[in-house]
Amino acid sequence: MSTSSHVAPPTTSAETLKPLCQQAFKHMVRARVLEDKLASLYRAGGRIVGGVYVGRGQEALSAALTVHLTKGKDLYAGLIRDQAGKMAFGESILDATRTYLGSVLGPMRGRDGNIHRGRPREGMPAMISHLGTMVSVIGGMLLSRRLQGTIGDCVGATCIGDGGTSTGAFHEAVNLAAIEKLPMVISVANNLYAYSTPNNRSFACDSLVDRAKGYGIEGYAVDGTDLPACVETFRHAVARARAGHGPQMVVGTFLRLSGHGEHDDASYIPEEVKNSPQGRDCLPLSEQKLIERGWFTKEEVQELYDNAKDEADKAIAKSSSEPLPDPYKESWNALASPLLVEE
Amino acid sequence: MSLTYLEAIREAQYEALRRDPRVFIYGQDIGKFGGAFKATKHLDSEFPGRVIDAPISEDAMVGTAIGAAIEGSRPIIEMQFADFSSVGFNQIVNQAATQFWRTNVPCPIVIRLPSGGTAGSGPFHSQSMESIYAHYPGLIILTPATVEDAYHMLLAAIDLDDPVIFCEHKFLYYHLKADSLPDATLPIGKARIARPGRHATVVAYSAMVHESIRAADELQQDGYQIEVVDLRSVKPIDTDTILASVARTGRLLCVGESFPWGGVTAEVIARVVADGFHLLDAPPQRLNAKDTPIPYHPNLWKAHRPTAASIGAELRKLLKF
Repeated sequence: MSTSSHVAPPTTSAETLKPLCQQAFKHMVRARVLEDKLASLYRAGGRIVGGVYVGRGQEALSAALTVHLTKGKDLYAGLIRDQAGKMAFGESILDATRTYLGSVLGPMRGRDGNIHRGRPREGMPAMISHLGTMVSVIGGMLLSRRLQGTIGDCVGATCIGDGGTSTGAFHEAVNLAAIEKLPMVISVANNLYAYSTPNNRSFACDSLVDRAKGYGIEGYAVDGTDLPACVETFRHAVARARAGHGPQMVVGTFLRLSGHGEHDDASYIPEEVKNSPQGRDCLPLSEQKLIERGWFTKEEVQELYDNAKDEADKAIAKSSSEPLPDPYKESWNALASPLLVEE
Repeated sequence: MSLTYLEAIREAQYEALRRDPRVFIYGQDIGKFGGAFKATKHLDSEFPGRVIDAPISEDAMVGTAIGAAIEGSRPIIEMQFADFSSVGFNQIVNQAATQFWRTNVPCPIVIRLPSGGTAGSGPFHSQSMESIYAHYPGLIILTPATVEDAYHMLLAAIDLDDPVIFCEHKFLYYHLKADSLPDATLPIGKARIARPGRHATVVAYSAMVHESIRAADELQQDGYQIEVVDLRSVKPIDTDTILASVARTGRLLCVGESFPWGGVTAEVIARVVADGFHLLDAPPQRLNAKDTPIPYHPNLWKAHRPTAASIGAELRKLLKF
């Protein structure tokens, strides 16, 4: 019988945490820099197709999950605000910029945009906008590997926000994963708002971690602005899932530091929430913590930013010069079975 | 050997599980219990671990199948009733149907829908969903009307790299029998001339093929030879065979068991009017169920969906035009 837990996992040694936190922080910086550039391109108009949805404030929780995963072995369904997690899992920056800029060379070839990208055959399914649906897709990928005898000690991680935990899809899929005892890690990013709707209009339980108990799975709460705490919690959860203890749920709480998308000024978020501990920005906070622990120098952090800017500029420039989808060359065929395409 | 339509579905699944280790079946009560209609009877013991009981979670069942397909499995999902697939609708039309087009990764899943009405089944156990799913690009919609097609089309569906909505008709489960199965049937996407004729064409599919043939048999006593075209697959739809039949007869009635608004019958008529207007000697007609939820009492139910009698009456009007 599994037990739900709100208790923080045992303390991990500094030796173990250091490289993981360094790695996670690097991708937090890369994601923030890239997304700030994409947001300014959006505001300038004309270049970005569709909207821009950034993970500002969510980077610590997002990257802290995937530094424990291995691309090519594990599975990861990052969501709308998981740029940092996708990068830490090994998504190329070009996949992001090509998708936002509509390049035909991107993984979605201009057929789908912005955060909907993925490479399903490489363990990263492409999300759809209907929240909650990716949980069962990751479950199915794990089940298939189990049936084919190729699952080994692989873990499938899936992400959801506080708003998405209200969907039937989420509940059905977590319940199913629990029944099948799948090695799944469910990251719940409680950023306090589902678009403009605050937690108290989204759910009535004290904590979203309570939901884990209802499914008979293990659950953990973590301060989503605290990078070392996030890394430690996911380290525990991923290890538990790998070791065969079934689905693990981690709920990280923090404030979304922007609107739902760049079109949204988030004026509905009151000042007192912005000024609360949850409203702190995980990026400078993590920088401060890592420097205090001697895991980075100020100069090294500056170098991370410089490299990230250079990398983002190059990717945007490259993607901007690439061919766009051409309606005359498009196959306009929605089927994989060519013999069944209607004239 | 004698085989029912339901046994053909069971045999096709047996064969698919036997010949391809990537195939598994997922659905409610399909394991030891053998399924609500027994379409998976004994399969659990014959293929342990590959015929898996699902919780009552149609959304998660379809999502699971999609994830499994991405990883190289070929899942078959049994919906207990076609009606319940509406709970998994989102995963079917938004996730499965868009998967290949968006990501270039095929999504080979088969969703079996026990469809259509049987007496006393009422509003939530009698629906025909083919028109709903046919509306969405990226899905293949099959509606077998014979024991042979139930077997061969299900096997072919499992081999396809696209998501297939397999609409098997509950009324046909026990009513149809075949003495033996041929080695093959027509390929998916081809319609079949179920009964040749020259005075009018009835285009039908699934259980309505049999009602239409009965109507045609009755009209034969008055000297009318009615051609019945069995669509077999509603998407893709075999417009060529329909037009060729209308070219022979000059008159068209399209019959479907689903609700009348839009749908397969409207699609057939739109295509014939657009591409074969010059072939028509009379305005093409369609006959569907009534535009109400499906009634529970057999007295009402029999009058709700098209029958040989109501099809015959429509044909007489069409022939007099």
